[in-house]
Amino acid sequence: MIHALIDPFVEFAFMRRALVGCLALSLGAPPVGVFLVLRRLSLMGDAMSHAILPGAAIGYLVAGLSVSAMSLGGFIAGIAVALLAGLVARTTVLREDASLAAFYLLSLSLGVLIVSVKGNSIDLLHVLFGTVLALDDQALILIASIATLSMVALAIIYRPLVLECFDPNFLRTVSPLSSPTHFLFLVLVVMNLVGGFQALGTLMVVGIMLLPAITARFWAQDISMLIVAAVASAFAASTVGLLLSYYANLPTGPAIILTSGAGYLLSMLLGSRGGVLWQLLPRKHLEA
Amino acid sequence: MTTDKRPAIDFRDLTLGYDRHPAVHHISGEVARGELLALVGPNGAGKSTLLKGIVGQLKPLSGTVSLDGLERRDIAYLPQQVEIDRTFPITVFDAVAMGLWHDIGMWGGLDQARSTAVANALRTLGLQDLAQRGVGALSGGQFQRVLFARLLLQNAAVILLDEPFRAVDAKTIEDLLHIIKRWHAEGRTVIAALHDFDQVRAHFPRTLLLAREVVAWGPTKQVLTPKHLAKSRQLVEAWDEQAEICERGEDASERISA
Repeated sequence: MIHALIDPFVEFAFMRRALVGCLALSLGAPPVGVFLVLRRLSLMGDAMSHAILPGAAIGYLVAGLSVSAMSLGGFIAGIAVALLAGLVARTTVLREDASLAAFYLLSLSLGVLIVSVKGNSIDLLHVLFGTVLALDDQALILIASIATLSMVALAIIYRPLVLECFDPNFLRTVSPLSSPTHFLFLVLVVMNLVGGFQALGTLMVVGIMLLPAITARFWAQDISMLIVAAVASAFAASTVGLLLSYYANLPTGPAIILTSGAGYLLSMLLGSRGGVLWQLLPRKHLEA
Repeated sequence: MTTDKRPAIDFRDLTLGYDRHPAVHHISGEVARGELLALVGPNGAGKSTLLKGIVGQLKPLSGTVSLDGLERRDIAYLPQQVEIDRTFPITVFDAVAMGLWHDIGMWGGLDQARSTAVANALRTLGLQDLAQRGVGALSGGQFQRVLFARLLLQNAAVILLDEPFRAVDAKTIEDLLHIIKRWHAEGRTVIAALHDFDQVRAHFPRTLLLAREVVAWGPTKQVLTPKHLAKSRQLVEAWDEQAEICERGEDASERISA
């Protein structure tokens, strides 16, 4: 049993690299996802992941399948969309979700256009769905650096970010940090998505950010425990997903995200904080 | 604070509004330091707008509001449209402790003295047993107590309250009024937007009656008269899409000297 769990990683370097990459991703992205969920911006993560596509595509056009060029392009595109959406929301009648939708759809179609005209459909599949079993040193270093940077940055802006989620008006009256905090948080979202798209592709990288965070809501109540639970859940999903893909010969990215999704469904049923099954049990209420 | 005779807030022909339409216009006058002022007027009179203007969340369309020598940290503001996410996983203790923001900033910790200050604020509001509860578990009245405990810790010279007694029961109102009187006794400037005239008459020495402009401003007894109240109801008109450009210079309102 133990051998079945360990052997694939002992035997194959590409499995070890995939595991390291996924664990690093699982360390950086889920905490950001926790705050996205708490701010009710879950779907913004999805929109941003689409928005980074043309940047990655342009990077690919300029420098071929180069990790740094595609990542830099994706990062710039993501930040540009987030900033433009925020700017339009503040200066016109559109709310931020609507302007974000407009810009990310523009960005997505531009990205697909660039890749289809200049590349071939295999390249498009790589960008959309990732290649977790083919992570080179450069990609691993990028993912690990982003995870590190993301955790440090989150620690630095933790208090204003919590306030910005809980009571943004209060933060605005006591400090000028509200907008910088919001912006830095957006940077963290884009950064983690860029870090993950090598491995899981632009579409599914959101999965490793959000699914563990949503799952955690069924197990933990305060923010620090939510973050711990989300990271633990992402670790488990990465490992189990990789093993599943190895033994059942499944594509790796979807296997990891589906495992995470299965974790969510199980938690929804069994979770100690509001799991469905607990609500069905006839339990007497307390005295006070 | 009380020895300083400069006004805390000075309005000069202040007009505030949204998208060129004024919500309140041509406000002129002073709020003295240590004053306990009720801000009354019908719905849509511009009470919340005026408070937002004082706290700086709304830029004047024209005129000025000057806070002589007061900085951001000297003003505490309890807004009406609380954008607070009450399902957010944060404990009562942590929510209240954020009132210490100006002391602890982004990274400062709670030392013994600060923890004691938070605990005292909780006890003053009768929240000591709820300290470790999540804010989601609180009733409306308890949550308003949390916000007042946070205001206590902010230790501000000027405190702005926008309808602080909305949807809370009589006992809570009594306790919160007690705190407001304590602030007044400590020489702080308190401005509260209110709807209950009896409450204002009983507890607030001075009143500003607003109806998109100043209707009357002075000692409460002389402001809350049937004549003024009738005038305030007439003045609050609907937003006029075709509104013409306001050419008015000086304020035509009735100013009552104290």
